[in-house]
Formats: sequence, structure tokens, C-alpha cells
Amino acid sequence: MALELRDIHKHYGPVRANDGVTLTFQPGELHGLLGENGAGKSTLMKVISGFIEADSGEVAIDGTPIDLRSPADAITAGIGMLHQDPLVFLPFTVLDNFLAGSGGGVRLDRKEGAARLEEAARRYGFTFDPHTLARNLTVGERQQLEIARLLWLGARVLILDEPTTGISASQREKLFEVLRRLAEDGMIVIFVSHKLEEIEQLCDRVTVMRHGRVVGDAVMPVPAHQLVQLMFGDITTTPGRLPAALGDIAVRLAGVTVTERLVTVSELDLEVREAEVLGLAGLEGSGQRTLLQACAGLIPPRRGSLTIGGRAMAGSGYREFRAAGVHYLPAGRLEEGLVRGMSLAEHFELTSDRTSFFVDWGTAAERADEGIRAYSIKGGAASTAESLSGGNQQRLLLAMMPGATRLLLLEHPTRGLDIESAEWVWNRLLERRASGTSIIFASADLDELLRYSDRVAVFFAGRVISVVETPSTTPDELGHLIGGRSGPA
Amino acid sequence: MSRLSRMKAPLISIALALAATVGLLLVVDAPPIEALGQLWDGSLGRLEKIPDTLITWSPLVLASAGLIVTFQAGMWNIGVEGQIIAGAIGAALVVRELTMPAVVVIPIAFVVGTAFGSAWAVVPGWLRTRFGVHEIFSGVALTFLAGSVAVYLIIGPWSRAGIASTSGTDPFPTEYWLPTVGDYSWVAIALALISVAVVFVLMRGTRYGLRLKAVGRNEFSAFLMGVRTKRYMLSSFAICGALAGVAGTVQALGFHHKLVPAVSGGYGFLAILVVLLAGFRALWTPAIALFFAAVLVGSTQLSLRLNIDSDLAGVIQGVLVLAILVVGGWQARHARHTARQGEEA
Repeated sequence: MALELRDIHKHYGPVRANDGVTLTFQPGELHGLLGENGAGKSTLMKVISGFIEADSGEVAIDGTPIDLRSPADAITAGIGMLHQDPLVFLPFTVLDNFLAGSGGGVRLDRKEGAARLEEAARRYGFTFDPHTLARNLTVGERQQLEIARLLWLGARVLILDEPTTGISASQREKLFEVLRRLAEDGMIVIFVSHKLEEIEQLCDRVTVMRHGRVVGDAVMPVPAHQLVQLMFGDITTTPGRLPAALGDIAVRLAGVTVTERLVTVSELDLEVREAEVLGLAGLEGSGQRTLLQACAGLIPPRRGSLTIGGRAMAGSGYREFRAAGVHYLPAGRLEEGLVRGMSLAEHFELTSDRTSFFVDWGTAAERADEGIRAYSIKGGAASTAESLSGGNQQRLLLAMMPGATRLLLLEHPTRGLDIESAEWVWNRLLERRASGTSIIFASADLDELLRYSDRVAVFFAGRVISVVETPSTTPDELGHLIGGRSGPA
Repeated sequence: MSRLSRMKAPLISIALALAATVGLLLVVDAPPIEALGQLWDGSLGRLEKIPDTLITWSPLVLASAGLIVTFQAGMWNIGVEGQIIAGAIGAALVVRELTMPAVVVIPIAFVVGTAFGSAWAVVPGWLRTRFGVHEIFSGVALTFLAGSVAVYLIIGPWSRAGIASTSGTDPFPTEYWLPTVGDYSWVAIALALISVAVVFVLMRGTRYGLRLKAVGRNEFSAFLMGVRTKRYMLSSFAICGALAGVAGTVQALGFHHKLVPAVSGGYGFLAILVVLLAGFRALWTPAIALFFAAVLVGSTQLSLRLNIDSDLAGVIQGVLVLAILVVGGWQARHARHTARQGEEA
């Protein structure tokens, strides 16, 4: 059977997550789906697996359109999806997990289930004990369990969304072996990843997505630099940045190891000077956010020392970092920076230095109007934060920044902004730099990284694999580094 | 949402609840118009009933005003019922132990009752901010605990001479009862109105209220802005507990005139409904609490005159809750729908 997608559209407000995707998957093929974060891969997979409904377009198996309204419809049609976090009930045994999602009537045939589980385990070399609790399994084994369950439910299409996140190299090898065998058995295996290396190692065919569209489709092997170019597009760097006179060391990390949820950044050494802009490149979840949060005082390092402005910050909390002139702007503007339901006047008042017990809302509105004018925010003092567009939310966040800052930590400062807004934001940031503020920012935009940074630190799997000087680095080289490869093949 | 439709929500809910009640009365073969007439007559319709309604209304308003503070901080202080009991115990302790003129004892009783209520509320607040124990669970547990302590005191150390009964302690000396003008317990009424005014100003016009709302709506954003979020959460519990303690003192000194096991009268739980219906707005609570108080007080008349069980009050409240949820859900859907249309336009 072949799985066909015809002109799939899915929009979220103004964002075109899928913008007319047409694609065919052949049985027996390990099909890689490659693209940067936000390219539309996950949305597409959710459409195929029935988690979300497309706005328009058609999914067909062997030419017959299928009606996908829920994951149950998808699995009935033979499409199973393995999620980034395997859907496993931890307090259940492996066998109960296996049985939990099974169809059929009220009666549960444990014997039949156990036999099928054993059969699948034997065929694909799964190693888990059916009677152990699921919480004792490694993430890789949980994936195996989930695969076994999907096969039992009759899956003929298996979708894996970034399945190698959080599993070890040996587990990854094991997973790849299983996937190859599934493809040999005539299944369609769709492997979603943003890691070049894995696609090269595993897949027979690759489709590259960018901005919600398919931009390339090829039989492997394909030269890596072609894939990089497809992923990131043609990049025209304009080195219009004025080199600033760097000052003393503003931030120093020595042997810092810090963990945030699944991501551990280990043994990091880094120095940033006054008026220096350091870009953090890498795939999402490679450790950039973890580093920024450690520098903001939100996560204490487990090892190593962190010095800001000559002062050792060990044992200090967020408020001390703030007092030392550190300001952090997270990626989620509305989730981690602004307060939904509160007006612009309230935001300005919240971040003002005033300490009077009573707030005079009359003058607060006037002050808000000043801020709104100074930062050209499209909105009024009484507008709520969520009523602003992304660009205006970012302007508001910049307007709310304290007057004097030593270190700015920014996550995706221009994500989702149009070119004009993005440039406006960077002009403001560079003004800060001109007065000696250091800037560390994470971005997925190679152009932005190369244009505004003095240096770029490239993260891969929790480590800085390389620190490059911007004038002498091409987007191509940076793209390869981000994909975990040291240079063009 | 427009101002008009925000104001409509509680009214639609109440109308829906009344309609459902009428339907219910028809099912049990009671004359609905007469029954509603009796509800009105027994609460607000006749002058001599109004004091009874207001002594029910006052603690309800006090507890509601307190709950607005915790709800605005995003804290579900479900344990407010226990905090009322704690306040009543504190007030009872004072009037039992002190033998001084009423002008001294009653204010002290209020201070101690307030402190007891506040302390009882700080416990779930502390468990939440220090250990991440959800305040709903600890609040329920502490309400049980407060009730048990009250029962223990009533049948134990504070039992009436020669009688081990859960009907309550000996009545307090009459001079320590809350003073009345006519039949009106003016102290209770005044405190209720003051609490509404204070909470309104606190949430509307102060930096404290502003930060508290920010914490309630987005704790992480508020934290990044430099607000000491945990302190604010904890303080909201302290304020709510204090107002609940005042309510408990009113119950003990102004209504029961002794400590009884059910001294809180369920007003803590009822206050949650009042505040939800008021949409967390202080100025709405007096009117909505008045409706609930009238239903409660009027339903006793119902049983006397029409031989309908006074639990009808409970049924009306229950139906009202469902009506609120239905109307609230419908409104949310409507708002989403309009928002989507706006986007497409």
C-alpha cells in the first residue's frame, strides 16, 4: 500500500503550518522527513495520525481517501504514530500497557495478548520482560513497547516523531535496526527528524520541508550540503554590523554543568566581554535555553563557576542575578514574559521602580502612553497583552526592560516577526550594546546569528562543539555544524 | 468580552436556576408561584425577616471578600470553611476566658478570631509555597481538622456542666453578644461592607493588588519581573483567612452565641459559589450573597407554610452551580467563536 497526501493545508491563525503539502510514501521504504523546528513536520504527522484535522486536503491509502477525525480512525486505517514521549502508563506492567490500547470488546484476552507481544518481541529483538512495570523501562524500551502495540493494532504505517530525543546511542542503534526490519517487512516507516546525520544513516528517501512546504524530495544518499541548503534556504548574509570595541570580561563560565529537565549542558567554558554579542546556534533542545537560564540565575549549576561582572554568582538566586544587571527574555512572550489579561498600563506599572502603595491609574496611563510612543507599540494603555501582535509584544517586552543592564539573555528575539519589526528590535538591542551591555541570544535563524553576533557558539547534544568568529564563517558551515557535522562532506 | 455580556452571565445563570426550580416544584406538585412567594416573604419580603437574612449575608460576604484575594492570586483556597471555624474557636476562647467589659472583650475576640482564621489559612499557603502541596487537598484536610477540634472542645474541655452533648457549649454571657440596633446586627453588617470596600480598593488601586493579580495570571512572568511570587501567594492566604476569621467571630458572637460544631454554617463553601458567580469582582459579591442568603433563610418558611422540605434551598444552590457552569461554558465557547471570526475577518 502507498500513503498519499494531497495538498494538505493547516493554518493556525496567520501561521501556515502546512501550506499545500503533496507527498507519497511507498511501502518498504524508510522515508525521512527533514526540516528545521517549525518547518511543519510535526503538524503534518499529526494530520496523518488523526490528532488534528487539516483545513483542506486529502490523505489516501492506495488511492482511496480516508476520513481522519481521530487517532482511532488513523489506527483503523493502519496508521500508527510513535510520539516523542512514548504514551506509556508508568504504573502498569508492560503487558497491561500492551493490552491497554487494544481494540475489541469488553473481554480482555490476556493470553492472546501475551502471545502476540512475545511474537513481536522475538521478531524484532525486543528485550523487555512483559511482567515488569513500565516505569522500569528505558525510554528506548518504552518505544519498543509502543511499536509492538501499534503493530498489534494493525499498523502498516509507522510514524516516528523525533524518536531519538533523550535516548542513548546504543538504544538509537537498536531502534534503527528495528525500523530497518519493519521496512523490510513492507511497512511504511516515516522518520521525522531535524538531525541530518540520522537521516543520512537510516533513510532510503528524504523529503525536506521548510515554511510549511515540501522543498525537496530525493533518494538517498544526497550530499549533505544540498540537504543543508534545502533546510535553511538560500542565505544572503549582509555583514552590516559595526564592530564594537569590546570591554572587560562581563560573564565567565568555567566548567559549568547544568541540567534542565532532559537537557544537560556539561563542562561549559565560555567568556563574554562587555559590548560583545554571542549567538547560540543549534537545534532546539541542544542546551541553549539551559545555558541562558543558568546565566539568568534560574537554574543553579551543578558544577563549575559562573562569574558576572567579576562577581562569583554561586549560590545566588534569580533576584541577585537581576540586581547584578542580568535581564532574561524567554521565547514564550505571552507565556513567560507578559501576563495575559492585563493591560499595557498594568505591565508598565508592574515593571516600574515606583514603590508607592497606591497606584494612580490616571498617571499610570499617561506613562504607559509615553512608553507606547517611545517603542512604537501598536496598542493603547488599556489593551491587553494578548491583543498585541507578536512584534508588538516583543516591543512591549523591550519597553519593560530595566534602564541599566549588564547582560541581556534573549531566546529567539525575532521569531515570528516580520523583517521590519525584527530590524527594529535589533536596533534597540544594538543601542544597548553600544552602552556596554553584553548580549547572549539563541536563534534558529542562521542569517540572524551571522549578522548580529561577534561570535557564535554551536550547541550539539548539550555541548558547545564549536565557537566560530562570524566574519569568517559561511551559513553553509554553520548549518553543517548545527547538524552535528564538522564540515562539508 | 463586552461589559454588557459580562454582567449578563450571573443574571442568566440565576434566571436559569429559577426556571429549573419552578420545574422541580411542578414535579413535586407544589404551587411554584406561591413557593417562590414564600421564599421572598421569608427572607426579604417582610421587614421582620430582613435582620435574619442579613446575619446570614454578613459572614457570607466576609468569606467571599477574602476568597476574591486568594482566587485573584490563582490560589484555590477551598479550606475557607475551616478558617471560619478556626476564627469562631478563637473568638469563643476569648469570651470564655476574659471577664472584662464588653467594649474590651468583643474587640479582642475579633482580633483573636481574625488571627486564628489567618493562621489556619497560612498552613495550606505555606505547604503550597514551600512543598508544592496543592492547596485544595490541604484545605479540605484542614477543614476536617478544624471541625474536629471544634467538636472536641464542645464535648471535652468546653462541655456544658454535666452534659456531654454536641449541641454546643454554654451560651456566651449576653453582654458579649454582638450588639444590635433593633434586630440588626450592625457590627456584622458594617464589617461585611468594609471588607468588600477594602478588597475592592486593594485589588483595584494598590501595587499589592496589581502584583497579586500578575502572580495569579502568570506566576513565571511575574517572577521574571521581580515579584516575590511566593510571598504574595502566602499573603493572599493570610488575608483571606483573616476575613474568614472575622466571619467566624460574627457567627460565634452574633448568631449562635456559643460554639457549635457547625458554627461555620457552610458559608465557606457557599462563598466559593458567590465568588465564581461574581467573576472574582468584589463589588458584585454583596448582591449575589444577598440572593443566596435570601434563598437559605426563606426556605425555612417554605417548609413551615407549604410543607416542602427546606432542603429545597440546597437544591436551588446546586441547580445554580450547574447553571453557572453551563452559562460560563457557553460564554467561553461563544468568545472563542467570535475571536476566530475576528481573526478570519
